[in-house]
Amino acid sequence: MIQPLEEFIIYVDPSRCLGCRSCEVACAVEHSSSKQLFSAISEDPRPKPRTSVVVADGVYVPMRCMHCDPAPCVKACPTGSMRRTDEGFVVSDPARCIGCRTCLLACPFGHPSYSSRGKVIKCDHCIDRFKSGMPPACVEACPTGALRFGRAEELLGEERRRRALEMITGLGEGGVVYRRAASPVLVGR
Amino acid sequence: MEERIYERLLRATRREFYQQVSIDPTVPQLLEKAERDGVETVWHRYLAQQPQCGFGLLGDCCRNCNMGPCRIDPFGYGPSRGICGATADTIVARNLMRALAAGAAAHSDHARDIIEVFRGIVDGWAKDYRIADEQKLLGVAKALGIEVDGKGTLEVAREVVEVAEMEFGKPGNEPLRFLNAYAPKRRKELWNKLGITPRAIDREVTEIMHRTHMGVDADPLSLIAQGLRAALADGWSGSMMATMFSDVMFGTPKPIRIWSNLGVLREDAVNVMVHGHNPLLSMKIAEVAKDPELVELARSLGAEGGINVVGMCCTGNEVLMRLGVPIAGNFLQQELAIITGALEAVIVDYQCLMPALVDVASCYHTKIITTEPKARIPGAIHIEFDKAKAEESAKKIVRLAVENFKNRVKERVFIPKEKMEAMVGFSVEAILSALGGTLEPLADALRSGKVKGIAGVVGCNNPKVRQDSSHVAITRELIANDVLVVGTGCWAIAMSKHGLFKPEAAELAGPGLREVCKALGIPPALHMGSCVDCSRMLIALAALSEHLGVDMSDLPVVGSAPEWYSEKAVSIGSYFVASGLFVHLGTVPPVLGSPKVVEILTKGAEELLGGKFFVETDPHKAVKAMLEHIREKRRKLGWPE
Ligand code: SF4
Ligand code: SF4
Ligand code: SF4
Ligand code: SF4
Repeated sequence: MIQPLEEFIIYVDPSRCLGCRSCEVACAVEHSSSKQLFSAISEDPRPKPRTSVVVADGVYVPMRCMHCDPAPCVKACPTGSMRRTDEGFVVSDPARCIGCRTCLLACPFGHPSYSSRGKVIKCDHCIDRFKSGMPPACVEACPTGALRFGRAEELLGEERRRRALEMITGLGEGGVVYRRAASPVLVGR
Repeated sequence: MEERIYERLLRATRREFYQQVSIDPTVPQLLEKAERDGVETVWHRYLAQQPQCGFGLLGDCCRNCNMGPCRIDPFGYGPSRGICGATADTIVARNLMRALAAGAAAHSDHARDIIEVFRGIVDGWAKDYRIADEQKLLGVAKALGIEVDGKGTLEVAREVVEVAEMEFGKPGNEPLRFLNAYAPKRRKELWNKLGITPRAIDREVTEIMHRTHMGVDADPLSLIAQGLRAALADGWSGSMMATMFSDVMFGTPKPIRIWSNLGVLREDAVNVMVHGHNPLLSMKIAEVAKDPELVELARSLGAEGGINVVGMCCTGNEVLMRLGVPIAGNFLQQELAIITGALEAVIVDYQCLMPALVDVASCYHTKIITTEPKARIPGAIHIEFDKAKAEESAKKIVRLAVENFKNRVKERVFIPKEKMEAMVGFSVEAILSALGGTLEPLADALRSGKVKGIAGVVGCNNPKVRQDSSHVAITRELIANDVLVVGTGCWAIAMSKHGLFKPEAAELAGPGLREVCKALGIPPALHMGSCVDCSRMLIALAALSEHLGVDMSDLPVVGSAPEWYSEKAVSIGSYFVASGLFVHLGTVPPVLGSPKVVEILTKGAEELLGGKFFVETDPHKAVKAMLEHIREKRRKLGWPE
């Protein structure tokens, strides 16, 4: 049994996101049948990205599935289409999905979306790539490190060190380690 | 069709990685040394960039105005128009035309520098340069319609240079004079009909910059037409003048034997590498390196072998064709030459210089010396090359290199032993003289089918392709099918390194081509020069089309740029297409974001011009298409397949 901190996670760091949407393009290509950009763009059905970069209060936020545990979508899904894999990822099985959209209502992050065929499509954590030891496509494509992939323990440890460094060098926002102020307006409040 | 070399590389072990990036045997040896020395190369940086931005790869991001940047979602879920309303078709066409403009500008600005010095000969300030090939000068003058009888050389030179200078910015709508003098009549009529006859070089480049400004030309077809016009200005005037004036000033190349690859560096000599494009500097460096005083200085510092000048990239091609200077390698080897630890200086002018040269050199004793005000690299030593005092300037630069020999660290020197002999220097004049003064023997071989066709293979290296692999695979397969291959640039250096420029390589050719090569004593692939010397191919094809009485687009001829990377290649490919050729591209240009632009380049162009682009990353499939094209042209001419 994988312990929570040994889990593989994608660490999302909006402060590093430049909004280039390379993650979206890479995700769509990964979920195409040819898996190659130059041919994927003319496939039918058109491959759809599972992740999207949203602008919230001036900050780019790459919004992707959190693979929550326990996952509200899995609980809400009436047909058992939404399930957790042995690797710990939340995926949906198009054969069992009836397109009721209950999972979308249940998802706190508005993640699942629908294909032209009325089935839910969502981030599968690039499970095929994971099995062959590769990072998810969006992570590989991100040029800035806004998306990082690895064991939770290591990524969080790395992040802790980075923030500690910011604190002691006085380069960061002194003392504000856990909350990143989104805009001056919010700070004012 | 997409190159996926990086995926293989990302998963490769170190040793596999060294082997995978190139087919050149010197590369893995020096990559191993790079790693020991803690040095990063182009391939490491290529991996660090992976995967590359999909918008950029497809060409559908626009930064032409400050409402942007804008991107078109290739999958159709996001925006289909930029903020101004530009579609993917407009954006892709605009981006490609800007790349083409940069390429045409680079070639033509290189020509401008040569012509400026030629003017210096006429006016008397360029004392260290001279007219070396009077015959060529008279030929150019006659072609331009300048009366030469009863005039002295300098007088003719003055009239010729006046025409040349005006090519860049002459007013009015008359066609470029060089294009008018050298292009075949049928082509000129067609270009006139299509409204793409170029008027002045700078004007066509400027007009592209104007049209691609926000809110001007939004029609992909009209944008591409203007691009072709600028490309024609490059091929039939800018590049052509660079070639012709270089020939007049430094001599028209004749067949000569040279050595190539990193094994030409010497442990016992001061090694100086000239890198870039323009012969104005490199010819002088090669000349003054023979200066007894400098050679003596080198000896006194322990370099028994004196001074060893070697070339890199196209300026290397310029000096190897004319002086037999050995060539150290092609584009992707520029850093490796420094990693040998045996290079005292890299002397550069412009184009294709990786700024990383300075970073690599900082780990060794090598000095990077920039010489052109328009091409400076932070961290390099800048010594401006004064063309009015060319020899003095060149000596100053070489002296610096020689003095640096004492800083060479013997223990850190590793020179791969691989080097290869090659027969190079096939200018049009040289080919004609090999044929006995007339094109008829070649025309006859083509008609009878001994030689099935001609392929012009050109261009760079690109880390997206295993170095030299496509160049070699395509050339070998073409010659095996009795197609005579001619070409320039880094392709030509690849051929030198891999033995395809040895007359004995005729053994690899099909029976017809083999017989022709053996009878003439030439290799089955011919070195025609540097990248501006692609204009030599235009001249040869124009002459062949007139000799046979057919349009250039009717000839069984193809072009190919198997490993291209540079914007200059965009211009070269385009002037060949506008001149009626089928042009294969071995790396994918950033146009797939617009089906319309793809359609124009790969289909529409053929209906209008008889030439078109064909994109294929697999060398074998590419050759298949080229051979099919040659067969079709032969069928149409009624020649045996
Ligand atoms: S879809 Fe939403 S609820 Fe389901 S796992 Fe992903 S983030 Fe959680
Ligand atoms: S992990 Fe894979 S499926 Fe999920 S958003 Fe990233 S690329 Fe898409
Ligand atoms: S690839 Fe990275 S930087 Fe670009 S939008 Fe996605 S998360 Fe942001
Ligand atoms: S190529 Fe274009 S879309 Fe890609 S990162 Fe650069 S500007 Fe952005």
